[in-house]
Amino acid sequence: MNAIINFFKTKAGVHPPEHKAESTQLPIATLPLPSKLVLPLRQHIGNMPKILVSVGDTVLKGQLLATPECAVSAAIHAPTSGTIAAISEEVIPHPSGLPDLCITLIPDGKETWAPLSALDWHNTPKQELVASLCKSGIVGFGGATFPTHIKLRSNGKSNVHTLIINAAECEPYITCDDMLMREYADEIIKGIEIAQHLLGASKSIIGIEDNKPQAITAMQAACAGKPITVSIVPTLYPSGDARQLIRLVSGLEIPHNKRATEMGVQVFNVATVRAIYRYVSLGEPAISRIVTVTGNVQTPQNFEVLFGTPLPELIKAAGGAKAATTHYIMGGPMMGFDLPSEQVPITKAANCIIAAAPNLFAAPPPAMPCIRCARCADACPVNLQPQELYWFSKSDNFEKARDYNLFDCIECGCCTYVCPSDIPLVQYYRYAKSEIIAIDKAKEAADLARERNDFRLARIEREKLERAQKHAERAEAGRVQAEKTVNNDALGANIHAGAGDAQKPDADVAKAAKQAAIAAAIERAKATKAALAASGEAPKNTEPANVSIQQEIAEIDARRQSVGLEKPVIEKPEVGNADAEKQAKIAAAIARAKAAKAAAEANKSSE
Amino acid sequence: MNRSPYITDAPTVSTIMLKVLLALVPGIFAYAWIYGGGILVTITLATITALIAEAALLKIRQRPIKPHLMDLSAVVTAWLLALALPPLAPWWLVVIGVFFAIVIAKQLYGGLGYNPFNPAMVGYAVLLISFPLIMTRWPAPLALAGHPLGFMDQLHFIFSNVLPNDVKVDAITSATPLDYLKTQLKLNQEVAGITQAPMFGNFGAQGGEVVTGAYLLGGLYLIQQRIISWHLPTAFLAALASISLIFYAVNPAHFANPLFHLMSGASLLCAFFIITDPVSGPTTPRGKLYFAAGAGLLTYIIRVYGGYPDGVAFAVLLMNMCVPLIDTLTQPRVFGHEK
Repeated sequence: MNAIINFFKTKAGVHPPEHKAESTQLPIATLPLPSKLVLPLRQHIGNMPKILVSVGDTVLKGQLLATPECAVSAAIHAPTSGTIAAISEEVIPHPSGLPDLCITLIPDGKETWAPLSALDWHNTPKQELVASLCKSGIVGFGGATFPTHIKLRSNGKSNVHTLIINAAECEPYITCDDMLMREYADEIIKGIEIAQHLLGASKSIIGIEDNKPQAITAMQAACAGKPITVSIVPTLYPSGDARQLIRLVSGLEIPHNKRATEMGVQVFNVATVRAIYRYVSLGEPAISRIVTVTGNVQTPQNFEVLFGTPLPELIKAAGGAKAATTHYIMGGPMMGFDLPSEQVPITKAANCIIAAAPNLFAAPPPAMPCIRCARCADACPVNLQPQELYWFSKSDNFEKARDYNLFDCIECGCCTYVCPSDIPLVQYYRYAKSEIIAIDKAKEAADLARERNDFRLARIEREKLERAQKHAERAEAGRVQAEKTVNNDALGANIHAGAGDAQKPDADVAKAAKQAAIAAAIERAKATKAALAASGEAPKNTEPANVSIQQEIAEIDARRQSVGLEKPVIEKPEVGNADAEKQAKIAAAIARAKAAKAAAEANKSSE
Repeated sequence: MNRSPYITDAPTVSTIMLKVLLALVPGIFAYAWIYGGGILVTITLATITALIAEAALLKIRQRPIKPHLMDLSAVVTAWLLALALPPLAPWWLVVIGVFFAIVIAKQLYGGLGYNPFNPAMVGYAVLLISFPLIMTRWPAPLALAGHPLGFMDQLHFIFSNVLPNDVKVDAITSATPLDYLKTQLKLNQEVAGITQAPMFGNFGAQGGEVVTGAYLLGGLYLIQQRIISWHLPTAFLAALASISLIFYAVNPAHFANPLFHLMSGASLLCAFFIITDPVSGPTTPRGKLYFAAGAGLLTYIIRVYGGYPDGVAFAVLLMNMCVPLIDTLTQPRVFGHEK
């Protein structure tokens, strides 16, 4: 019957040779104290923490060296006691190969601990615990390195009922979680209890692939009598992907646009919960992790390694690399990456170091054309159509790629693994994703720039209007004054004459308005002169200025005198001249506007 | 640079094609046993033609020659076309058919992976339209032939169109059962009577059904090896059987029974080897079902109402045209997405 089922069944995922036995022959070993430790400040997803020490400082083991300044960041601690030798850019284990800021610590060999403060988590408020964990330096040790304290924060909105512990360890070669469970099952369970308490979850499920019988036995024994169960999942890569594991152990399929916590599920790696226990109950921050060293080395094994340990010292501990080793891979053979140099430090993300050699990982043959066999689609755990995505990515048809859910791709590599044409499919998807992100960013920037420009234009327009309005008000004030003083009807008559003939075409109206304006200006000038003469005051150097300005000046003078200031000396009489001209122009403009308005109204009424 | 994954599983395009060829071997043996060793000559001729045409076109297109000859896809096309042709087809017919399949239908569209139509079926259709007489003139199985030809006689006939002195062409050839059924039905004969003719076997054609059975064997091997998915042959055969069953149930005097349709002509060759060509077929599981079912229905309709005795080639080509649409409409639900 099984044979018949297998005949028809196509199951997503792949089952590559496991290569786990090599590194599980020996127990976890501790590395001798390295000669120096290089601690990248960014060993996690998120922002760089703020450095608290300077070169030359003596630090104790577990002392905080850098503290997170915002939520999405993680602390860095001194893995041992010693002296800060440098704070500089060094090569870090990152696919980009770019250097990043690191603290270099020279151990003093004394291993003097900083004072540790353990917490009684049963009797400590949750908020206090989480606030404390913020400084623990704990990140997702499964490889994602997302700061753990964020995932433990319950902001009241999330209602996590199930905590899932990811112990699937589905990638070939990697055995650090397997060995951790075999040797530290009780610490893991204690960590789960703390995490479960913080999240308010009612139960925890530990998902382990069935190729780790010893770890399963150890965990089952340790969680007996507790609301924690072990769920044994079939060995099928990538069962360790968080969403895949959630479905495997709980049957829940997290919608693509939702977080697991929105569905009441939180996932932690098994090493992460152990670190939570050690921090909360023992006060030890994250200063080391278990690393699998395997591949082309003499004695593949797991080591408890201090963060910052230079890779060569770790390789030496594994008996050294065998001949023909070409380079090192961090992570597993499905999702890992080539280390840019041998001289990189071990970081929080380093779950596995594989010494690569041609006999282990043959160079892929040249890619053949896609024959649309859809083996990739059968293997895809997310049920995408990789052959279509490849086609779209290759032809830079990014919109189509997005339509076909490119961003649901978890880059697990199953498609590339099964491709008979040896097409590096995942690389195409990484390329397309980064292109789409870049395009989106550029578009966002362009949108922002356009918005900013629109705003600027609107502001200029508004300011222009405001200015015009202000001037108009002042001019109006001046005109009213002038009219009052001279009581000249000519202006009004002229304007009415110009505006009176509604049938005149626009040009005539404009002409009439112009004439009216000129007449008005002349009249105003005359009025000013007359007013001046009438007042009998000796003409000041502001003589051509109109009445309103003179009034203003008089007011200012009065104010100044009242506060005991001398009359200001107007240095530039031309200013007054210019002002008068301006005022005249504005008055003319107002007259024009009035004329036009009158004409328009006349037009309207005649229609 | 991140270039993971670093590992890959064994099968390559070459191994896939090799397994397809291997799966054809039982059918070829059965063919040679029933119709004589001439088929081996035809297959050899087709293979050589295909490889030369492929190499020449790759050179003209400035593509690497060796890896593409090694992928064996041209050989698969050649074998499938050779098996679809009537035994003892003249050499030039084979050469023209293979030339069209490789040069026009495959390489001019961009070579392996880019041909929208099944190359072997394009070659077959071109020959069927251009040389209908030869293409429908099948030699009788050796057991039924008045003058069974020996291997050397067949070889001679293929290359020079000359038969031994005492043999006439009519003596060694006959219509195929599908063809015969069609013509006899037009003469108002009843199916039960027509199938009494010696060319009919237990299910399909006398002898031909043995070859068909051998194809079934090879096809099951391909499914077991996960070279082809079960969707295509199952849907094709189910559709063909269903529609013939409906017609047969309505009027058994005028329509042959489903088993006859399944075991006659190129039904099983098509089900396991023709519609399973991945390049010109759909990729989604549901799409495969629609594609194959469509091909099955069209095959029946062309057989019964069309101008040609067998409809496989045209059915497949017509369905090839629908592949982009089928693929677009049958995208499976992505993990975490609504239907």
